[in-house]
Amino acid sequence: MSEIGQVNRRDFIKIFSLASGGIILGCNVSSDKKEFIPQVDGSFSPNLFVQLQKDGNITLIASRSEMGQGIRTSLASAIADEMEADWKYITVKQATGDAKYGNQNTDGSRSVRTLLGPMRKMGATAKAILITAAARKWNVAESVCKAENHFIINTNNNDKIFFGDLVDEAAKVSIPAEETVPLKKIEDFKYIGKKIKSVDLKDFTHGTATYGIDVRIPNLKFAAIARSPVTFGSVKSLDASDAKKTSGVEDVFEMQRLVPPTGQFFGALGGVAVVANNTWSAFQGKLNLNIEWNSGENESFNTDDFTKKITERVHQKAKVVPGSKGSVTSAFKEAEATIEATYHVPFLVHSPMEVPNATAWFQGNKIEVWAPVQDPQTARAEIAHFFKIPLENITIHVTFLGGGFGRKSKSDFVVEAVALSKKINAPVQVVWTREDDIQHSFYHAASAQYLKGSIDAEGKVTGWLQRVALPSITSSFKPFSEYASGFELGMGFTNNPYNLKNFRLENAKAEANLRIGWLRSVVHIHSGFGNNSFVDELAFAAKKDPLQFQLDLIGKDRIIKGKSPQPYNSQRLKNVLNVVTEKAKWGRELPKGSGLGLAVHYSFYSYVVTVVEVSVKNEKVIINNVWSAIDCGLVLNKDNVVNQMEGAVIFGMSLAMYGKISTKNGAVEQHNFFDYQMARMKDAPTIDITVIDNMETEPSGVGEPGVPPVAPAICNAIFNATGKRIRSLPLSDHNLV
Amino acid sequence: MNYSLSINGKNHEIEAQKDMPLLWAIRDIIGLTGTKFGCGVSQCGACSILINGNLTRSCSMPVSYGIGKEIFTIEGSSENLEFLRESWNEGNVPQCGYCQSGQLIAATSLLNKNENPTDQDIDTAMSGNICRCGTYTRIRKAIHRAVELKKEA
Repeated sequence: MSEIGQVNRRDFIKIFSLASGGIILGCNVSSDKKEFIPQVDGSFSPNLFVQLQKDGNITLIASRSEMGQGIRTSLASAIADEMEADWKYITVKQATGDAKYGNQNTDGSRSVRTLLGPMRKMGATAKAILITAAARKWNVAESVCKAENHFIINTNNNDKIFFGDLVDEAAKVSIPAEETVPLKKIEDFKYIGKKIKSVDLKDFTHGTATYGIDVRIPNLKFAAIARSPVTFGSVKSLDASDAKKTSGVEDVFEMQRLVPPTGQFFGALGGVAVVANNTWSAFQGKLNLNIEWNSGENESFNTDDFTKKITERVHQKAKVVPGSKGSVTSAFKEAEATIEATYHVPFLVHSPMEVPNATAWFQGNKIEVWAPVQDPQTARAEIAHFFKIPLENITIHVTFLGGGFGRKSKSDFVVEAVALSKKINAPVQVVWTREDDIQHSFYHAASAQYLKGSIDAEGKVTGWLQRVALPSITSSFKPFSEYASGFELGMGFTNNPYNLKNFRLENAKAEANLRIGWLRSVVHIHSGFGNNSFVDELAFAAKKDPLQFQLDLIGKDRIIKGKSPQPYNSQRLKNVLNVVTEKAKWGRELPKGSGLGLAVHYSFYSYVVTVVEVSVKNEKVIINNVWSAIDCGLVLNKDNVVNQMEGAVIFGMSLAMYGKISTKNGAVEQHNFFDYQMARMKDAPTIDITVIDNMETEPSGVGEPGVPPVAPAICNAIFNATGKRIRSLPLSDHNLV
Repeated sequence: MNYSLSINGKNHEIEAQKDMPLLWAIRDIIGLTGTKFGCGVSQCGACSILINGNLTRSCSMPVSYGIGKEIFTIEGSSENLEFLRESWNEGNVPQCGYCQSGQLIAATSLLNKNENPTDQDIDTAMSGNICRCGTYTRIRKAIHRAVELKKEA
């Protein structure tokens, strides 16, 4: 690739010509910034590419991982729209893990909300260059040229030139200054906001999409690893003789735990690795290992005892969190009535359908990895740290992810594969069994919450005290962190959507005896459940309809800017509430044994309200209908938003109905999908999703915000149907499913 | 042991342990990776294949079971599977896509036996296949749509 274009460093768009006869347009995409970032040193490195070939084909690089959220399609459609490209010429290529692509960490429902601006500018600049090229060819003013469906058109005489035929001329064009490149008006969008099908549909329906577990390279070995049943336990004694006799098994190794430095990375648990010439032999060999474990300090960890312990703690005064305001003490003193309740959410595991796995090839001073990772740059940095190999000698090929949900943000399984490849001096694929996945994860924390509220004679809420205890994610990075951190409480606790005069949040201690991680919507699962369950209890105590009660609590129209990138706008939440309850015909008469429940939640800057209709027969809950609506600002791919919201309903149902990880003597008690169950087709209700038309507002999160309101809406519906209040998840603990 | 397996009409001579599940023979020895590993214990349906037309969890049947039988995987093609592929495309069904091989095979098996399934039939036939992304309602719709497409054809 030789550089011939004039480089405009200030604007960071650059043209390269390709040996194959095309051009590449690159721009600097900064992590979470919406604008191009000026680069001052001379080492310009274009971060993202639009590649136009002479045959008209356009290759767009996807910098974020595809795990079902449709990001490859969404980002590409934004570029193609501004570029006036014909969708049939677009192919999407996955970026390797490299800082030159900007932040690639695919989590926090932030890819579209941080990358839409840069992607649109990229497309618009490409279009401007093609217009200049055509104008020069025709020797006419640029103002008479326009782009339309992969052609530049001369509006004076309707002559047209195909994009691909402009490659040579375009390579000579100076880059226009960013401020001179106009973006399209909303009403002119061709792909943005419309239904764009996944670019990967053909591969998904033919079994030809390559997930991590499908990577096949010459001389590949397969490995399974036995890990201590108790977190951070170690091998006391090993008898590998039976394992080594297992057909297909080639070797057995002890693997040391790799402890990450404080504040970063994930390390690896260590254990005993069985290397074989196929996956199944590795699994069988692992079953044939005879290992005695040193369980270590987590041996006495029983989740039942833990729940009791954190429950006691939230029933006592704890650390007051900044952001508390007014005086709940005086509110409670002057109240007409006070209501108290305690809520519990258990530990949860992601269990993406594709188990954690990674393929690594350690070649002396060079490492190549193929893995389904949400955060390839962390995986790369972690490998560099543990194996003392320069970053630039490590290549991370990001495969398709068979689901992620936060599990594949953690690169422990990648580190395992690299360590093993180094040991055996051959390429190896480490595959976790489903049991490994369920028993050795980075778990979504369990929580206890105590709420006390007061209402006045008119049934208005006057005081709100909330105490929460949950083991912090930071415990996975900083040992001995025993309180939820500020960023965790900022997920629906310190920033609940209500207009409360007297509000006190207290943070109670909760030790971590499992590896704690994040799972789709993270701490919002706790806050969404606690807040919405309690509002429903308060409404009942005040003898008010939950819809009106929620509207009153959200209160007057107000916009809170704070320090967050996007403001909270109470009017938007009330609008979603009105829209979805109208669709669900809230307030209608229901047959005996049926009930409606609702929940509202604000997360990842999006506004979601969910209404659930249940019927309870023979003391079993059937979820018949779900209505959910989201205001996520500008919608990039409408059908994809609907798909994500439908999926969020099912994900929320799974955790509400069945999700529970428990431990006895430090070891996880669940094994596989028969005892860690999830919603199936028979459980799937009719789902009605509304996407609020709000194209004038900047985009906010989509992948996660649909999850938090589902469980509380179900439980509120059960209360409405039966008068039975569910204060702890899952429903299976109450024999209701 | 040496085996001869017929997969999607093509013969494969392989060497494998006799108790190796078909899933791993298909994936690791023959190299057809469209059939997925999900649980290893017949709980999730990701490994679904057809053996002599019968829906089978390949993770739980030994390779020896496949001898002399006709094995059909997601890499294959049949009339019903093609209509389902079309309706899956129309409905933009997959999210991560990982379970969809198994979903499509299970749906093919359903349509092979029942030309016009009801929602109840679909619930019964498809509840062995887990989709963690939660595409169930789209799958349900797409199965009905495939029936329509076939009628229109």
